[in-house]
Amino acid sequence: MDVVINGERKQIRGGTLLDVLSELELDPRAVVVEHNRKIVRRAGLGGVQINEGDALELVHFVGGG
Amino acid sequence: MTTAVETLRDEPLTIGGRTFQSRLMVGTGKYPDMDTMVRAIEASGADVVTVAVRRVNLDRSKESSVLHFLDPKKIFLLANTAGCYTAADAIRYARLAREAGFNDFVKLEVIGDEETLLPDVAGLLEAAKVLVQEGFKVLAYTNEDLVTALRLEDAGCAAVMPLASPIGSGLGLLNPYSVRTIKRRLHVPVIVDAGVGTASDACVTMEQGVDGILMNTAIAAAQDPVAMAQAMRLATIAGRAAYLAGRMPRREVAMPSSPTRGMLD
Repeated sequence: MDVVINGERKQIRGGTLLDVLSELELDPRAVVVEHNRKIVRRAGLGGVQINEGDALELVHFVGGG
Repeated sequence: MTTAVETLRDEPLTIGGRTFQSRLMVGTGKYPDMDTMVRAIEASGADVVTVAVRRVNLDRSKESSVLHFLDPKKIFLLANTAGCYTAADAIRYARLAREAGFNDFVKLEVIGDEETLLPDVAGLLEAAKVLVQEGFKVLAYTNEDLVTALRLEDAGCAAVMPLASPIGSGLGLLNPYSVRTIKRRLHVPVIVDAGVGTASDACVTMEQGVDGILMNTAIAAAQDPVAMAQAMRLATIAGRAAYLAGRMPRREVAMPSSPTRGMLD
């Protein structure tokens, strides 16, 4: 299915948000997920399905002042 | 390292119920490489270290997170909202940062101007009120303006962070009077954030009596960041010690240090 991840159009298999992270080879403990502008807690990632056209933001901490 | 400040009965720095050992806080941006960053943070003695929230690089995620190089058990991660130009964006970034699960502190920045990166104080106050309501410990990056600082304190901010000079400018403490006035009038800790260029700037800033200082570029962009980090550590301690010691009064004319009596004919 087509979704938008971090501003980029992507083709993914779908499933839960946890499945998406696994497909992208991202450690769920190392990212924070915003699904259609709503933050999804780490513990809830396996309970939220991703749908066609959804927008995900996957963020983490980088160097900054 | 033994330091003079330890002989003075200084109180530890407490912000939002957390006590910190060092009055110097450092950023993690703009280092030439991660190894230098880690060694510079160590040399600075800082226990509060700022980080930014950004999108994961989907191609090279492992290399880009700063947490691969820092141990959150040893240092206190202070997330910022750098790069946000509206209250709504800053609130969004703060919420994402808190969800990372380390603490509920945020260094709140709402920038109002691209060239100077000076704060948008209206947006800052708006965001601060919302975040305080949501239980955040807000450390607000602001101008060296007393009235804004008072409003931020009234809004419930855990600390107020007036700038020394614009972010990354290295111009040093441009307005010591205003920073001193803010410190005198506020009850919450005052941490000067941004604009320090070298060790003397840090020292002069701490001599104003502020509770702490936060810097990034002055260390990261030094020719030897690790050596500069150590210099900043010492300067922060020296400035604090001098403030606690209480400087002599200034006078416009000289006064001899040696006796005027007992001179030869």
